[in-house]
Amino acid sequence: MAEWYQVLMAALVGAGVPEWIATAIALLVGVTAIGLVAPLIALILVWLLRKVISRIQDRIGPNRVGPFGLLQTIADIVKLLSKEGINPSRADFMAYNLAPILSVFGVLLLFAVVPVTRGLIGVDINVGVLYIVALGSIGIMAALMAGWGSNNKYALLSGFRVVAQLLSYEIPLVLSMLAVVLYAGTMRFGELAEQQGNFLGLGWYVFLMPGAALIFFVCALAESEQTPFDLLEAESELIAGFHIEYSGMRFAMFFLAQFLSGFVFAWVGAAMFLGGWQGPGVDLPGIGGFLAAGYMMIKTFAIYLLMIWVRGTFPRLRVDQMMSFCWKILVPLTVGLISWQMVVQVLDLPIPVIAVLVLVGNLLVMGIGLYAVGRAIRQEGFRTKRAFTPDSLIGTVQPVAE
Amino acid sequence: MLLKYAFIFILSGFALVLPLVSIVAGAILGPRKPDPVKNDIYESGLNTIGDTWIQFRAQFYLIGLVFLVFDLEVVFLYPIAMAYGRPEFGMAAVLVTLLFMALLIVGLIYDWRKGGLEWQ
Repeated sequence: MAEWYQVLMAALVGAGVPEWIATAIALLVGVTAIGLVAPLIALILVWLLRKVISRIQDRIGPNRVGPFGLLQTIADIVKLLSKEGINPSRADFMAYNLAPILSVFGVLLLFAVVPVTRGLIGVDINVGVLYIVALGSIGIMAALMAGWGSNNKYALLSGFRVVAQLLSYEIPLVLSMLAVVLYAGTMRFGELAEQQGNFLGLGWYVFLMPGAALIFFVCALAESEQTPFDLLEAESELIAGFHIEYSGMRFAMFFLAQFLSGFVFAWVGAAMFLGGWQGPGVDLPGIGGFLAAGYMMIKTFAIYLLMIWVRGTFPRLRVDQMMSFCWKILVPLTVGLISWQMVVQVLDLPIPVIAVLVLVGNLLVMGIGLYAVGRAIRQEGFRTKRAFTPDSLIGTVQPVAE
Repeated sequence: MLLKYAFIFILSGFALVLPLVSIVAGAILGPRKPDPVKNDIYESGLNTIGDTWIQFRAQFYLIGLVFLVFDLEVVFLYPIAMAYGRPEFGMAAVLVTLLFMALLIVGLIYDWRKGGLEWQ
């Protein structure tokens, strides 16, 4: 199956265009498509988040601007465009101004390798997964630069938390993606999706590796700064986070980067674990390609909705809980998972046996992980223990005993 | 092959220009009335006391160091994963890889026992 730029270039060359111009046109079309689609997706995501969170909190949400409030985000963008961009006099000029640009830069580049349908991937490079891993760190750098450059104590605190959290959660994230790469033997997103097409959807890696998928989801939440792990923008502790000092379009850039990074992680998760574009009818001529792109988007938005659901229902973790959850539970579990998978795959066993053994290892990892979390919750005594024991009952909500 | 990386190169240029253009557009379209109070550090609405760029906890250095070791080793595991299906990648290579990961785990246990993972 030819990729999109080959098709485009062949058509252009066939129409009598010189080859180097055809190449340039194909590249520019692809780049422009990504550059325009990504902000549009962000507009939809902001609207979706506000609507869903509103419903969870028993509100209606935006419903004035446009049908169902769909144009609310555009109105917000126009408002942000007309705001004054304040330059704090004591901020570090380079770090302060470079941070919003870099944060969008890192996320937009990720869109180059995520697949839409067969043959329609920005670029299907042979190091796709490694590319995602490598570029995921640019956002961390941008957040630290913003925190440090703002010359604001709260922003700096938030910057420290960014480093501690995002660095820590990157390791289990990378290892859970390694589990899929190890089984599939490829880092191309196109091939990864191709391999999950058999057994009527049961070939999806989420059924083979539920443990890795769960760890990937948790780490994606942490990496995209979503709620149980949104310590770096804990409004009640840090005012706003590393972007306190930013206003106008610079603030909008951080906003854009955060929404897009959550979406890209959902996309990568859908491509690696939920079968990519696979679904009923994707091999039909003509309509199959559109169906496949539709499946891909449905799966991505499903994971993103799950993220919003978590965001709307879970309380925020404490810093020490967040760190020990990563280093004491997730990292040993993922390292164990990888070791188990390596041992299983090198033994000369038939493929179904290997699959069953991998599944057993994953279920074990899931069981241990959930048990450890449950034990930690019971030890912490969430919801059962009061933060302090009052000397008198005045001002407490506890009913006075008879 | 080169074409693919040319695509990423052009996209990286575009990804720098897109936020730059929107920030410049915001600067042009928005009002510009700076005054000393507005340009001061916001910091929860009060005047900042003391220097912001302070010494920070050594704990962050520890986490950074552990991350560095782990991330390097994890990145080395990707080529190993790619070579896994090959026939020449036999039992001996797997044992070496497992030893490699055992070193990683020993480092983690050492850090754990030393209290490097406790967050006060």
